[in-house]
Amino acid sequence: MNYLRLAWLYLRVGVLNELQYRANFFVQLFQSLLALGTGLVVLGLVFGHTNELGGWSRAELLAVMGVHILMGGLIRTMIQPNMERLMGDVQRGTLDYALTKPADAQVLVSVREVRIWQSVDVLMGLLVLAAAVLQLQGRFGIWQALGFLAALALGGLMIYSLWLMVTTGAFWVVRMENILELFEGIYHAGRWPVGIYPDWLRTGLTFLVPVAFAVTVPAEAITGRLTAQTLIGAAALTAVMMTAARMVWKFGLRNYTGASA
Amino acid sequence: MSASLDFYLTQMKTAIVVQFQYRVANYFYMIGMIAEPVVYLVVWTTVARAQGGTVGGYTAEAFAAYYIVWTLVRNMNIVLTPYAWENRIRQGDLAAELIRPLHPFHFDLAYFAGWKFVAIVMWLPIAVALALIFKPALDPTAGEAAAFVVALWGGFFVRFGLLWALGLVTFFTTRVSAVFELYFTAELLLSGRLAPISLMPQWVQGLVNFLPFKWAFGFPIEVLIGQLTPAQIVTGLLAQAAWSLFGVGLVWLLWRPSLRRFAAVGG
Repeated sequence: MNYLRLAWLYLRVGVLNELQYRANFFVQLFQSLLALGTGLVVLGLVFGHTNELGGWSRAELLAVMGVHILMGGLIRTMIQPNMERLMGDVQRGTLDYALTKPADAQVLVSVREVRIWQSVDVLMGLLVLAAAVLQLQGRFGIWQALGFLAALALGGLMIYSLWLMVTTGAFWVVRMENILELFEGIYHAGRWPVGIYPDWLRTGLTFLVPVAFAVTVPAEAITGRLTAQTLIGAAALTAVMMTAARMVWKFGLRNYTGASA
Repeated sequence: MSASLDFYLTQMKTAIVVQFQYRVANYFYMIGMIAEPVVYLVVWTTVARAQGGTVGGYTAEAFAAYYIVWTLVRNMNIVLTPYAWENRIRQGDLAAELIRPLHPFHFDLAYFAGWKFVAIVMWLPIAVALALIFKPALDPTAGEAAAFVVALWGGFFVRFGLLWALGLVTFFTTRVSAVFELYFTAELLLSGRLAPISLMPQWVQGLVNFLPFKWAFGFPIEVLIGQLTPAQIVTGLLAQAAWSLFGVGLVWLLWRPSLRRFAAVGG
């Protein structure tokens, strides 16, 4: 409970900090609208040539796009800023300030930053999802909603675990900025249901970089395709990845000698 | 003349040596970039299969060829980002560059042109891997291949000039990102990067002929994969020349008024 209060406190401070820069809201809104427009154009282009893509209808792919935007917003609001700061701290040697605080270091480095304006994408994703649900006409009930929330939470935790493991690599390889580009490129693939990709790529997108669980599975919940097995599998993989991330983090810390004076 | 040629060669050599040092960083960047065409390729291949084999005149193998050549053209299309001007002005780098006897345009052009050789060498293994996986149908004639080499550099010049001119907007306003994002979105949709132009609605296909984007990106690809007649290739190369001149002209026109807005920073 203590850690939740700590996270909440950091969140509040972060939000208050960012709220000083109101103009950034409009910058973000403009960018999000451009991205949304582009996404809709692509969807229109694809469905100008076909009626379904790998078994998904237009409305269902709209749901996938909604989840993709929503999850992207969550990552850029909560996960990415913290991991970027962690990388920066390792480079500058300022990580010691976090390590000497009397709280669990992993919790601390995971909740320090929040970029609240990025959550424009969370709202945008929810709007797209609402539009998709309306177009799907009545296949959406309380069970789908619960399944969606569960799948979304599990997917978010998996992405966080992956990010933490990769970022921990900064303890050995100090310069890691290009990892960001790599992740963004791969996350781009989640715009479409992973079922359309060739086997080797689908496997990678499921287990290596869990874009499948972060985007496709929540979208399956919304479109009524989610099975109990998938959800249980997602829970199991989340547990495995969280444990692995914890171990990698601990191992990294043991190897970290500090850099500050 | 020979002095400026010498300058270009030296600056290009410097760029090659510098960029080869950052091999790993360059590769991360390139691999991240590969995801984009692979996604488009899979989506359009899926559509083509569902439509009985072809869509917009492309088979699965033709799409593979399109998007593999895409990766080379994309690398050649990377030029000085207009966002770089913000840093140049704020950190005072520009003040130092202005003291030199040559226009900064030449420094950047030579540097990026040199970097391209590193990009091409590093691109080759990626292209081989992609070709083994996706089995493209690529069978250009000697003439098409030769035209492609010219068109590839032509696309680089077009985009380099236009984005350099666009970057000068930074001298006039501090809210540059909105302008740049609009430009990049239009480019994404209208250049052939998102999808081959022949998949676009008819009116878009007409429109893109009068904009620079396709000539920098889609046109070189179409040359190599054999979509164009010799007459179309010549027209395209002329369009590239025209847009390159247009970009240089814009820089020439805007440079003085831009500098007048510049108060030097740094020492």
